[in-house]
Amino acid sequence: MAKSDREASAPPRTWRKPPFIANPWVRYGLLVVLVVYLVWALGTLPFNWERISEGLPRAARIFGGGFPPNLSRFDLLLTGFTESLQIAILATLLGVLLSIPFAVMAARNVAPLPIYLLGRAVIIVSRSFHPVIVAILFVAAVGFGPLAGILTLTLYSIGFVGKLLAEEIEEIDWGQVEAMRSTGAGYLATLCYAVFPQILPRQVGLSMYQLDSNLRASAVVGIVGAGGIGSTLMNAFGRYDYDFAFAILLVIIAVILASEGVSGWVRKKIW
Amino acid sequence: MLEISHLIKRYGRDEPVLKGLDLTVEDNSVVSIVGASGAGKSTMLRCINRLVEPTSGSIKLNGTELVTLRHGQLRRARRKIGMVFQGFNLIDRLTVMENVLAGRLGYVNLFQAITRRYPDADIERAFVLMERVGIAHYANKRADELSGGERQRVGVVRALMQEPEVLLADEPTASLDPRTSEQIMVLLQSLASELSLPVLINIHNVAQARSYTDRIVGLRHGTMIFDGSPADFDKEALDAIYGGIEAPEDELAPPAAEEVSDGQE
Amino acid sequence: MVDDADLLAERIWRRHNPKQQLIRYGAMLLTLMVVIWVVSDIDIFWPWVWDAPNQISSLGARMWPPDPARLSEIIAAMIETVHIATLATMLTIFIALPVSYIAAQNTTPNRACLWLGRFILVSSRSVNTIIWALLFVAIFGPGVLAGILAIMFRSVGFIGKLMGEAIEEIDRRPVEAMEATGASKAKVIAYAVVPQVMPAFFAIVILRWDINIRESTVLGLVGAGGIGMILQGAIDTFAWPTVATILIAIIALVLVGEAVTGLLRRKVI
Repeated sequence: MAKSDREASAPPRTWRKPPFIANPWVRYGLLVVLVVYLVWALGTLPFNWERISEGLPRAARIFGGGFPPNLSRFDLLLTGFTESLQIAILATLLGVLLSIPFAVMAARNVAPLPIYLLGRAVIIVSRSFHPVIVAILFVAAVGFGPLAGILTLTLYSIGFVGKLLAEEIEEIDWGQVEAMRSTGAGYLATLCYAVFPQILPRQVGLSMYQLDSNLRASAVVGIVGAGGIGSTLMNAFGRYDYDFAFAILLVIIAVILASEGVSGWVRKKIW
Repeated sequence: MLEISHLIKRYGRDEPVLKGLDLTVEDNSVVSIVGASGAGKSTMLRCINRLVEPTSGSIKLNGTELVTLRHGQLRRARRKIGMVFQGFNLIDRLTVMENVLAGRLGYVNLFQAITRRYPDADIERAFVLMERVGIAHYANKRADELSGGERQRVGVVRALMQEPEVLLADEPTASLDPRTSEQIMVLLQSLASELSLPVLINIHNVAQARSYTDRIVGLRHGTMIFDGSPADFDKEALDAIYGGIEAPEDELAPPAAEEVSDGQE
Repeated sequence: MVDDADLLAERIWRRHNPKQQLIRYGAMLLTLMVVIWVVSDIDIFWPWVWDAPNQISSLGARMWPPDPARLSEIIAAMIETVHIATLATMLTIFIALPVSYIAAQNTTPNRACLWLGRFILVSSRSVNTIIWALLFVAIFGPGVLAGILAIMFRSVGFIGKLMGEAIEEIDRRPVEAMEATGASKAKVIAYAVVPQVMPAFFAIVILRWDINIRESTVLGLVGAGGIGMILQGAIDTFAWPTVATILIAIIALVLVGEAVTGLLRRKVI
């Protein structure tokens, strides 16, 4: 109240919005940092303006060549998609199955410390790399084709599903585990009866989600040679065959939307 | 002076919510509108400032017809109509002062609004009004840090910042505890006489309506069935308004379509 | 449940009743058939599969030990990668906000704008960053501009969709109160919408920046700038120890990015 009295005694009162960041040094400092960063970033990035200025006519040519999309080589497109679907299915199955042991390893409440660190490391490493980088390495190791794609997406699924599942395991109701242990059940029996039933609904939902996201990713890993529709797309681009490339792109978009719809519907049904 | 005549509001093809209301409010009088949930109280208030579009009829504020106004004209008319809400409707993440100054939004330009550079006269007025209701020391606090009664005071000050010619209060005390709601009613009553401002209050609490207002209007199923002084509001009138529907103090009544936009705290 | 009662009376216990049993067997059979189809149909040379572990471990052996000789070049490319992600995220904001505004049911000016907004969001989200990159490399030639545009075009959908949802979830009541004061649409947005979506905005932008750092590491593989260019070069010349250095650098970058975003989240929100 004292404060308002003081304010009342000074007739021409003013008010300013309290600044978002109270400390003026920090406030203006951040602004300066931002400007300096922008100057630095834009100044050091190697823009090839000469090449970029040719962009608009090229864009016109590409889009002109791309329309109307050419669906005459439909079997090639279909083969590509079937392969992508096969890659996605196998990778999801393998990935989801393998993610279970890794998730158990990476859950602090059921794994001893050294095992936990190993499990976490595997998950962190497989999550750090974009699937395309993993794919290019597998292509180098096992050659072009769907095998590299399957390996890549399996690893990708282990990282993603494993992480979420490990978090799920860490949040389970611990009372059930104690109850199992008190009956004299061993480690595996405890896992099967007290841990897995609690994470199963989540696991089923995650598998559907992962199938959807593997299907998306399988279109991409093909670009570096790991099979599927991505390889078909890359070939079309490489041959400046833009009308076929745009046909592929449109079908990819359609398939992704459909798959998103289906996986959303299934997850809603199961949960 | 506020003159409502033949006001009809119908949602879609349903039974009308308001069936030809006539109501005249003189300057400087506090009118309470009582009625069960779904009687059309909230719709009537919102028709006056056109938050709800009336289906037909006429509403005149000091001679200006409100029902036919469009866009800019409507916004200029709304500046003269202050409104206080059941759920306070404050912007939680802004400070009390910003909430209060928001009452001037109809007067300042967009640049002033965004940079919060309001004219000195507005800021002075804000401080005077906030001191009047006892919240000046909260000026730079965030609105969601205040208690319910304080938040409603911010809501009242925001409405008064508009320099309104009429004040509408939609269940201003329904989200407050009994003591605080008495305080808010006293505040509305005394502000009305200080500023000689007509005030329309939707209210559930019949006891408060009787003790703090000059005139009681009873609505039932969109028709006015009582209009008189608190002294005339007897058991018979009460039964006519609420009879067979619900108890007067029953605040847990199922929300009717018209009250969907009302806040539930 | 009636048959269960009979069974229990006879003290026979089964985990699942016949209908559940049927669904379980059906689902398993379906999965099995799909697997058999996939395995028999897929274009894989099986001896390679059995040889894969050898190949992978031999590749791993060739990578060890990592060769730090080109470290300074790698660090410069890393900084370029971060620049691409950061600039693209900043620029995206200017496009994504108007799009989210017209794609949110409660703020969109009219139906046509709503559908335009949704069309932009869906097309942006359905095309992967690397495919956008492929397109922009074809248009503007190899380089960072293609990378920045690719990241932007993908991020618009992400930020726009989440911001649109945030706008749709705001509390309607302050909006009503602002309208009642006679404020114009722009002022209502500035006072009742913007403050409510601010926290969501920061959270979404920070999240997308984190994702963009990962995405920008691969842009170079199709020629759109950043660390991927060097990685592609090293793989093409079989400089495996350099590849290992780059991979370690990428892990470090991603972990640093995660730490920074964690810090930002705590500071800002």
